[in-house]
Amino acid sequence: MTAVTVWASTGVEVANANVVWWIWPLSLFIFTFLLGIVAVLGGVGGGVLYVPIVSGFFPFHLDFVRAAGLFVALASSLAAGPGLLKRNLANLRLALPVALIASSAAIVGAMLGLALPTNIVQLLLGITIISIVIIMVLAKKSDFPDVPKPDALSQSLKIMGIYREESLGKNVEWCIHRTMKGLSMFIIIGIMAGMFGLGAGWANVPVLNLMMGVPLKISVATSSFLLSITDTSAAWIYLNEGAVLPIIVVPSIAGIMCGAMIGAQLLAKTRPRVIRWIVIALLLFAGMKAVLKGLGIG
Amino acid sequence: MNSNKTKTSEEQIAYANVLNVAMWTGLSILVVTFIVYLSGVLPTFIPIEDMPKYWGMASKDFIHHFQAPTGWGWLAMVGKGDYLTFVGIALLAGLTVLCYLVILPILMRKKDIPYVVIAIFEVAVLVLAASGILKSGGH
Repeated sequence: MTAVTVWASTGVEVANANVVWWIWPLSLFIFTFLLGIVAVLGGVGGGVLYVPIVSGFFPFHLDFVRAAGLFVALASSLAAGPGLLKRNLANLRLALPVALIASSAAIVGAMLGLALPTNIVQLLLGITIISIVIIMVLAKKSDFPDVPKPDALSQSLKIMGIYREESLGKNVEWCIHRTMKGLSMFIIIGIMAGMFGLGAGWANVPVLNLMMGVPLKISVATSSFLLSITDTSAAWIYLNEGAVLPIIVVPSIAGIMCGAMIGAQLLAKTRPRVIRWIVIALLLFAGMKAVLKGLGIG
Repeated sequence: MNSNKTKTSEEQIAYANVLNVAMWTGLSILVVTFIVYLSGVLPTFIPIEDMPKYWGMASKDFIHHFQAPTGWGWLAMVGKGDYLTFVGIALLAGLTVLCYLVILPILMRKKDIPYVVIAIFEVAVLVLAASGILKSGGH
């Protein structure tokens, strides 16, 4: 039995195969455009919403969706990077050691994700998404964490900085602690990013902010930039393994970037708190669907 | 306020400048090549209208079924519309290495040894990932 007939025997996919080809890329573009708006308003990266929702509701195989998810997160991060670096919000000295660990781990994650059976990856994805929802609901944030004393490692790497906090009208000096512990967390974060094709901002920010003591604004900006390095290594694995389909990747990147631009315009006129709860509900729904799909009942 | 204190470092500015130019170049090439793919000007490896029959397959099955190229094999097929799009995709995936190569001489000039080592290791990791040497095994 060929791979095509194995796949075609599942029924739903046969129905999708009969739809005019351009309906799906167009739907994907419209969907990711809306996702881009919601992601900006909800304060999350598009990647974390993209994989669970697209894998749950579009006919593409999870392998192709995870690869596209990485490119969506990568493109968004590449676009945001220059501005964040120039404004000294993303910090290169903080990002480089973290990126080395996370990008190495992301390669392992990508290889694991492509080697494991699809239902297992789908199940783990669902569990991860539900865990992200819990983190989003429970995790506290600290604008200016208290760092009594920088540790030896951060001092030797000179990971510290000053940035202009416009809301306070003054310069804020920052340094970090628990560097080794924080860096080791990025092994897990990198593996998960590579395995599931998720942007990992949901995990980067709490570790940088709450564990290592980086001010929230610097954490968010450095995390956004960091994804461009972490996701690059995993994206290459998917690309080399033939898991990248331009017809899925390009409309997704175009849609989410256009949506993000509109979202940034709307940000001043909306109530992000309400949108945030919509995002949480969406993630919870997509996470539960992924779990059910992984168990073969979705 | 001491403006020197909040000044962005030389390597950070260099990284941002290269990233900005390379990113827009990569994205533009991606969009243009995708339009070429959709337009049907070039022949395709897999007819675009047949894609709904195959995009639900696992990537391993897809590769096996079509004997599609893996690793850098797509380079030999850029004459096909679908694989031409990979030029933009690979550019987006490759420009982080370029940024590191730009800041490396700055870090070396500053004798910032720990960060020179970190940057060299990062380039090695990304080149290894891009090389196609690493294989997932398959499910």
